[in-house]
This record gives sequence, C-alpha cells and structure tokens, in this order.
Amino acid sequence: MNLRFSLNGEQTALDVSPWRRLLDVLREDLALTGTKEGCGEGECGACTVLVDGEAVCSCLVAAGQVEGREVRTVEGLGDGAVARAVREELVSFGGTQCGICTPGIAVCAVRALEREPDASRDRLRELLAGNICRCTGYQLIVDALECAAARGRGEGAE
Amino acid sequence: MTAYLRPNTLEEALAVREAHPEYTILAGGTDLLVSGHRVPPPPGIVDLFDLRPLRGIARDGDGSLRLGAATTYLDVLSSDTGREELSILRAAAREIGALQIQARGTLGGNLVTSSPVGDTLPVWLALGAEVELSSAGRGARRVAYDAFCTGYRQTDMAPDELVTAVTIPPPAPGTRRFWRKVGTRRAQSISKLMIAATARLENGLIAEPRIGLGALADRPIRGVAVERAMAGRPPDEDTAARAARALAAEITPIDDVRSSADYRLTVATNLVARFVRLLAEPA
Repeated sequence: MNLRFSLNGEQTALDVSPWRRLLDVLREDLALTGTKEGCGEGECGACTVLVDGEAVCSCLVAAGQVEGREVRTVEGLGDGAVARAVREELVSFGGTQCGICTPGIAVCAVRALEREPDASRDRLRELLAGNICRCTGYQLIVDALECAAARGRGEGAE
Repeated sequence: MTAYLRPNTLEEALAVREAHPEYTILAGGTDLLVSGHRVPPPPGIVDLFDLRPLRGIARDGDGSLRLGAATTYLDVLSSDTGREELSILRAAAREIGALQIQARGTLGGNLVTSSPVGDTLPVWLALGAEVELSSAGRGARRVAYDAFCTGYRQTDMAPDELVTAVTIPPPAPGTRRFWRKVGTRRAQSISKLMIAATARLENGLIAEPRIGLGALADRPIRGVAVERAMAGRPPDEDTAARAARALAAEITPIDDVRSSADYRLTVATNLVARFVRLLAEPA
C-alpha cells in the first residue's frame, strides 16, 4: 500500500506491505535505526515509539496501522527541555550501559514527563515497567529520570 | 499483496467481514503481531483499532454496562464509568503487560484470541458478562461468556461475525469482588493462574458466588463446585476449607513453562479460601 503518515513531524509516504512491522519499516526502509529490536514479542520495550502520542511496541504494530497517524521515534524527541533533561541525566547518572534498551527508555521517559511532570519515583517505575534493562539494575535509570523530572519542574539538579 | 482496510463505522466493518471472511481482523496487534511476521502475510487486514463506535464504556438504560470491543486496557484504566463494578477489570488491566501493551491491547482482542491465560477472561465469568456478536446479515446476538468460549482457543464467533461489545448486568447491592493474578513479576508477566470472584452476603450467608478461573484448564472456567460449596453458608473457616477442597476436586492444572500443577493447585485453593475470608470482613 502507499502508506502516508507523519514521522517525527514530517509527512512521509512510502510503498510497503501493510502487514510488515512498523519496527522493520522504520529501521530498514526509513533508516531510523535508533529504534532497537529486543525481543520482538512486545515483552521488552526496546522498540517503543509513540503513535499519536501513546507509547507502543513498534514490533507489534502493523505498518498499515499508522496510516494517517503521527509517529515519533527516539530520533524525533527533539531538543525541548524534557527531552534534553532525559538525555543528559541518563548519561550523567550512567543510566545506560549496553544501550539496547535506552532508546525505548528515552521515548517512554519523555512521554511520561511531558504528560506527568510531577510523577513520583514509584509512578516513573510504573510508567517504565514495560522497558526491560538487563544491565543497570534500573536504579540509575530511575535516579536519572527523577532528576530529569526535578529539572523540568525548575528544581534543578542536586 | 495484502489489502488494508480501516472501516470507520460498524456497518462498514460488518460489510467487509461478510465480504472477506478470509481477511485477518486486527485490533491492537499485541497477540497477532507476535508471530505475524513469521507466517505468510494474510490476503487482507481489517484494522479495528480505534474503531470509535466500538471504543469506550457506557451505561445502558437498564443499568447494565456496555464495553466496546475496541476499548483498550488503557481506556479501561482511565474511564470513570462503572468504577466500582469494574474494579476487578481495572485490576486485571493494570497487570496486563505494561503501558505499551495496555495502550494497544483491546477487550475484544483478548476475547477472540481466547487464550486460556487471557487476563480479562476470568473477570467476565465473575461478572456474569455476555459477549455481543454482530454480523451484517443477522444483526446482533448475545451469549454468556461460558458459551462464547467453546474450547482451547475456540470461540462461538461465526466467520461473518465480529465481537462488538461485552455487557455486564447491574450487580446486586453489596456485591464483593476479588481479583488475583499470580505471575513471576508485577509487569510483563504471563499469568501462572488467575482468580476473579464475586459474591455477597444475605442474612450472613454467601449468596450468588461466581468464581472465574484462568490458566487452570484448557479455557477460562467457572468454579462451579466451589460455588456450590460456598453458597448458602457463612463465610467462616469451615466454608473456606470446603471451598478449597471443592476446587481441588474440580480442576486438573498442568505443568508447563510458567508453573507446575502442584503450585497452581496449592495457590488456587489458598486464594479461594482467601476470598471466603474476604466476605467475612466489613465492606
């Protein structure tokens, strides 16, 4: 089908089978390799992107399903205050090691903090529960996001 | 070449279903897409995700609740309609996968996939829910959940039908509700077993118990013997023990990758006893 959708704010059109996974279309056809494949079964969250603002596993979305919709990938998180804070604090806290989960974590974290700037540590853990990390033990990720949230509220880093 | 269709109305969806029973009905994709890319592409896809007329929870004139088949778990969690009645559905929805799955997975998808470990399915048994099926030619019909699920991953849905809604009758005043999913962790786990239960007390005795059991048989089942063992008795330790024994005689859980038959049986009987004790507690 001739698939048309908004990708990171830009209208995009390409010819694809509607049954292909959004994940593969992003990585293989559109060269947006920031989105990673972890498990390929919706268990790990590494391939998380936003569709119409909602976090979804791009391995579980058929390409046809994004026709006319807005897709935002890790490449499109932009340079706003929230995205910058998430990126910088993940780096400064060591909230990333091998890096496979990091794009999904970043996408979910930006969604979380854009919608719920006052999210508590527990709430952040809940909102990130669909993102599996096998390296960090999570504490450094949650520390980073708590700090990013505080920055967003103008409380500054400790 | 796979055709892609996204109907905007129920009529359109039913017409497509009748004309192309061979097309794959796709909603959130959280089950179908897991293995979808490893099999030959279907001749067509009918995308029902976000089919607005089938999305959301509303109260009908007779007091029953109507949940559209395209309602997502996230919709369930953010809806204020029927909050008390749907407390156990919300509890189930909160434990399905995590945000990414809750944002896509739908009530209708869980029903039609009809997995023995489908997390919402025991809830429908406990709430006495009916499944609404519609077709272009024959209109809508409703069947009790017990009759809808006819076997391991089997349903009563005809090739020209779609599941369009779940309806829940108004509950008797004083109904108590219980939900427990047992898995390896809070998020992203496939259930080892689930119990959904409702009952109330009438003059101190248990009335109208409904026990829904998940992952304890080849399909979600009612704990009929458990219900019989509880009904008309006080919610005391004797009844708890009787209910637990009745369950042990009623189910034959299996060993599999997620749990053992022994563990499932022990935990399930403990949970049934816990439900009996809950009924003795002040509401």
